Amino acid sequence: MAKLLFTALVVLLGCLGVGLVLPKWLQFMLTMAMANGLVSLGLVILMRGGVVAFGQGLMAALGGYTAALVFEHFQWTEALALPLLGGLSAMLITAPFAPLLARYRGIFFSMLTLALSMVGYGLLVKTDALGGSDGINMGRVHLLGHVLPDEWVSYSLLAVTMCFVALSLVWAKVYFASTRGLVTRAIRDNELRVEYMGGSVAQTMAINFVVAAFLAGMGGALAVMALGHIDPNFSYWTTSGEFVFVAILAGSQSVMAVMLSSVLLEVVRSFSSAYFPTTWQLALGLFLLLVIRFLPQGLGALWRSKPQEEAP
Amino acid sequence: MQLALTILVDGLSYASWLFIVALGLTLVFGVLKILNIAHGSFYALGAYMAASAVALVNNLNVSPYFSLLAMLLAAVALAALVAPVTERGLLRFFYGRDEVLLVLVTYAMFLMLEDITKLIWGANPYYVSEPYALFGNLDFGNQSYVGYDLLLVVLAVVVGSAMWWGLNRTRFGKIVTAVIHSPEVAASMGVKVSRVYMVAFSMGLFLAALGGAFTAPMISVQPGVSVGVIIISFAVVIIGGLGSIEGAAIGALIVGLARAFAVHLMPVAELFSVYVVMALVLMFRPQGLFQRIQARKI
Repeated sequence: MAKLLFTALVVLLGCLGVGLVLPKWLQFMLTMAMANGLVSLGLVILMRGGVVAFGQGLMAALGGYTAALVFEHFQWTEALALPLLGGLSAMLITAPFAPLLARYRGIFFSMLTLALSMVGYGLLVKTDALGGSDGINMGRVHLLGHVLPDEWVSYSLLAVTMCFVALSLVWAKVYFASTRGLVTRAIRDNELRVEYMGGSVAQTMAINFVVAAFLAGMGGALAVMALGHIDPNFSYWTTSGEFVFVAILAGSQSVMAVMLSSVLLEVVRSFSSAYFPTTWQLALGLFLLLVIRFLPQGLGALWRSKPQEEAP
Repeated sequence: MQLALTILVDGLSYASWLFIVALGLTLVFGVLKILNIAHGSFYALGAYMAASAVALVNNLNVSPYFSLLAMLLAAVALAALVAPVTERGLLRFFYGRDEVLLVLVTYAMFLMLEDITKLIWGANPYYVSEPYALFGNLDFGNQSYVGYDLLLVVLAVVVGSAMWWGLNRTRFGKIVTAVIHSPEVAASMGVKVSRVYMVAFSMGLFLAALGGAFTAPMISVQPGVSVGVIIISFAVVIIGGLGSIEGAAIGALIVGLARAFAVHLMPVAELFSVYVVMALVLMFRPQGLFQRIQARKI
């Protein structure tokens, strides 16, 4: 545990240091990548239990809208509080659905989350109080009560995002090794055996779902703080597809891989939309196919060679 | 009463092309166990091919009824060209992998096909409304309905029956059923499973393209048509139960009518009426309306 915290602290400080010397556009890109990475981290937690949610975009949007609304209407501008608030609201709004969704597996879980997220998308588009399809804007956040000067905005947001990401990654690592984390793995292999051994499959799945919602809401709020704007497209299923993409790219063996994959996706996306503006989806699709074909366990398998055993 | 009839006709015509598309999706899932996101792209490709084909016919100065034939041929040509390439060249490398992973593979195909379509046909919309006026209007009371809508209903019935007959009453249909149940056993009996896969995939692609081709006159064919169709045909097959023809028919009817109800009575709800229905069905029948319960492994 101490070793884990120490490593995390060193890596975080290293990243914060490196962040200082990066150009502004790269700082922004990394902020977005990390914020999105949090959403995918939630997905990885679900995927360890064998289910893939195709509606995480809506959860991120819930967090983002909460942050933007609280900012505009209540003038809560604290950069350290808004992501937590976003996470909490995403968690509370989706919690009633968790016990229901926990009953589904495989393609049906994916499709049901997709359907529910599209209902949410429809509601967001039609709700004028939330700006309809134009969405709403959000001003500049404060950090510990201080106004952020122009030249420090993008670095501050990157730093805040990195801190949240570091905390989440450490927590995820602990969670994966905890009893519930291990039960989650067992559920993917064979849930009937888990029930026989006294574990509650439905409870574990529901809790994972709620936790994933929290992470997604937090990621959404962080992304909106950096973007300054949110619209319903956040919750569209193609956005959710990108989060799944990152989670698959990362695999479920390493939490760092999630962030790396998210950054990699953002880099591929930025470069291909800059250099092949008309064919960037083509490039993205090709990239995805190659990953699934040649890296079936995800990027994480590159430095974690521990073989994953499948139950018969 | 007027309104009820309008909703019914609207719902039916919507349900009929949706049924054709969803039938392809459910066939591919039944045989290959792939929930194909790229199915919507095939629909869009069919619509684009048909738009080009109809424009060609219009320039030839022949009877406008030939445009219907041109639309059909466009769908056939697309299936013959694209299906073997995607199935043999791409999908077969992923057989046997996790269902959800296969969804992602087809998601990648969808992304690629989106751009390829734009590269070929550009980003501007195509309008080919000539065939839509071919059958004039039919009057019921003081309301008139477009004849083409009713043609679609007939087409859906013909396609559905042909499919049912093909699967249940022919030798090849029996072979396909055998492959659905167990590819290994079928292979050991001398069935060329890979050929069945290819035929089933081509057939599914053809149905998507056919749906696209015959809706092309009713819509503006432009980038983005694929996205809406994918999700809505997913809803249809999920409601009906994956891999079932009757399910696809019932699912298409439910979705078509739900949408027509929403459009005429509660326009605000149009966007998500379909998903609400799908969520409701899944809550009470997790496997869809027409799916047998599967045994769990212990």
